[in-house]
Amino acid sequence: MSADLSPVLIVGATSDIGLALAHEYAKRGAALILAARQPDRLEADLLDLQNRYGVSARSIALDLLDADSRARFLDALPVVPGTVISVAGLLGEQERSESDAALAEAVMTTNYVAPALILSALANRMLGRGSGTIIGVSSVAGDRGRASNYLYGSAKAGFSAFLSGLRARLRARGIHVLTVKPGFVDTRMTSGMKLPAVLTASPTQVAQEIVRAHLGRRSVIYTLGRWRWIMLPIRLLPEPLFMRLKF
Amino acid sequence: MMLSGWGNYPRVDCAVLRPRDTEQVTDAIGARPTLIARGAGRSYGDAALNRAATVVVTRLNRIASFDPSSGVVTCEAGTTLDELIEVFLPRGWFPWVTPGTRFVTVGGAIASDVHGKNHHLDGTFGRHVISIDLALADGSVVRCSDNENPDLFAATQGGMGLTGVILRATFRLRPVETDLVVQHTTRTQDLSQTLQALEDASEATYSVAWVDCLARGPALGRGVVYRGEHATLGDLPPDRGGRPYGTASIRSRTVPVSPPSFALNRYSMGALNAVYYRRAKTGRALVSYQTFFYPLDALLRWNRIYGRQGFVQHQCVLPLASCAEALRELLTMIAARGTGSFLAVLKLCGEEARGPLSFPFRGYTLALDFQATAGNFSLLTELDDVVAAHGGRLYLAKDARGGAGLLRDGYPRLDEFSRTRDRYDPRRRFRSVQSERLGL
Repeated sequence: MSADLSPVLIVGATSDIGLALAHEYAKRGAALILAARQPDRLEADLLDLQNRYGVSARSIALDLLDADSRARFLDALPVVPGTVISVAGLLGEQERSESDAALAEAVMTTNYVAPALILSALANRMLGRGSGTIIGVSSVAGDRGRASNYLYGSAKAGFSAFLSGLRARLRARGIHVLTVKPGFVDTRMTSGMKLPAVLTASPTQVAQEIVRAHLGRRSVIYTLGRWRWIMLPIRLLPEPLFMRLKF
Repeated sequence: MMLSGWGNYPRVDCAVLRPRDTEQVTDAIGARPTLIARGAGRSYGDAALNRAATVVVTRLNRIASFDPSSGVVTCEAGTTLDELIEVFLPRGWFPWVTPGTRFVTVGGAIASDVHGKNHHLDGTFGRHVISIDLALADGSVVRCSDNENPDLFAATQGGMGLTGVILRATFRLRPVETDLVVQHTTRTQDLSQTLQALEDASEATYSVAWVDCLARGPALGRGVVYRGEHATLGDLPPDRGGRPYGTASIRSRTVPVSPPSFALNRYSMGALNAVYYRRAKTGRALVSYQTFFYPLDALLRWNRIYGRQGFVQHQCVLPLASCAEALRELLTMIAARGTGSFLAVLKLCGEEARGPLSFPFRGYTLALDFQATAGNFSLLTELDDVVAAHGGRLYLAKDARGGAGLLRDGYPRLDEFSRTRDRYDPRRRFRSVQSERLGL
């Protein structure tokens, strides 16, 4: 892995996909900075990454829901990362979010507001240097609002739109922006859900697809790839029809 | 969810937990009436099954420390030997003891106190373990070693997870100069030649015999005997360009579906055994560590070849005094029935380990696979009788159907094991389908 991709900063590193990404990048020799609300919970993982791959790995505190924490995090970053990935996500319970404004705000902040603000700030720093990669992990749920999870979906939709705009702005300036739209992934977020096996990826699979898309300088990927073809009609269906579908 | 061991028999509906840290393990111990830890699911029978709570520790797989001067590593219990080899073989280290598959976890290797082709020299996995961190029935976490809680340390090695949930272990790796093995192969004509060849090979670091268990009459017990040593830098072939750890990863194939059970009969199995016997190339060869230690790992999910009803493995160890006679009896009975294994594996074992339920003792161990059918089960009971009559014992990591009597006779230190459990788990919260079946 070329040096300008390193270090890799992962926002949301305690998540299953975040940790799988840490392994995939470390395997390729990248140094790691893992941001998490409780960085001490990453201690065992940092040692593991160092012992396994001989890379440097450190953690840094970041509470996405806390503006002060976000500011401190940005100030404390030792270097401009070569690559920054936001894997932050909070599904929340849709039904509770409908009446609980605090939870709704947490879902919106975790999935859109905070990652967009952080990636914006880092994009500006990368511009100063003239290179870098920004990867945002959004969701197929952002492709269309659904009755069952539109709060989460709308925040992811906002994040997807943010990423595509950022990409348009930065493309001529040497900075690569990748949007990742995972379908079902077998993680803590989805534990207890009945998911169809052929449409469900493992965190490692998702991480490998992300690294491949990164190195191949892709713009938007679905993981697993077959989700692209599932989401195509869902995105194109006229609203009056879509509303009637119990989907 | 429906779970089973590697033999796919029996299948049991178990509540599954997948902790990712120590806290979640102790939480599970606090919340469940009974439980058992499970690693990669490579023990054959019902040892890692518990309906109320089966705690799968494969997410506890972090490497906590490694000392490159001594080869001492500390890792979590769910780390597999495969992961350790991937990380440490390129740095010149290999597990001191490895079973025939590298897809076992460290926790499982300790709980079964696994042995390898070097048992006669290097003992079991447990001999190279320095300390173990264990979550106990009261939710506390203790370290055990030769100096701290030595009774728990011994009982946990080969203790089949019945002393607690193994969280972490510190153990030694073996320094190696290359990732290759110098292998010597000889073919034998009958049982006495096979036993002699194994004894002759006892100075070699690794030795093992494959026995054609369908050969009868004068050919009874014929086989192929393998010896092995880790290749040194001087053994490196020229095409390596001096690179000691240059093995390209070996492509694994997967058995996609279970073939119908009628495909396994005395004719197909007999033909396979005969082919295997004749195909073995005798003499010296330089082979990859995968080929030497893990020939079956190249066929992922090879357990499917025994069909949907699964299979059981029968592995016994027999004392030196009467093993030739006992082996002759066992092989005669199997050959007469004609529904034996693809592979029968025979090894010479060394001294008994410190664990009261640890399997190997000085003598020969024979491992056989049988399809899980009623006919084979009655044969297995007859084999058990022979093992018992000669003072042998069965390997709990392979067992799915043995009786409590054979356990009691075969493991004379069972009381010592029970006393340790009385101290640490008086209410027997750690239990498995196997421990209940055997009255453990």
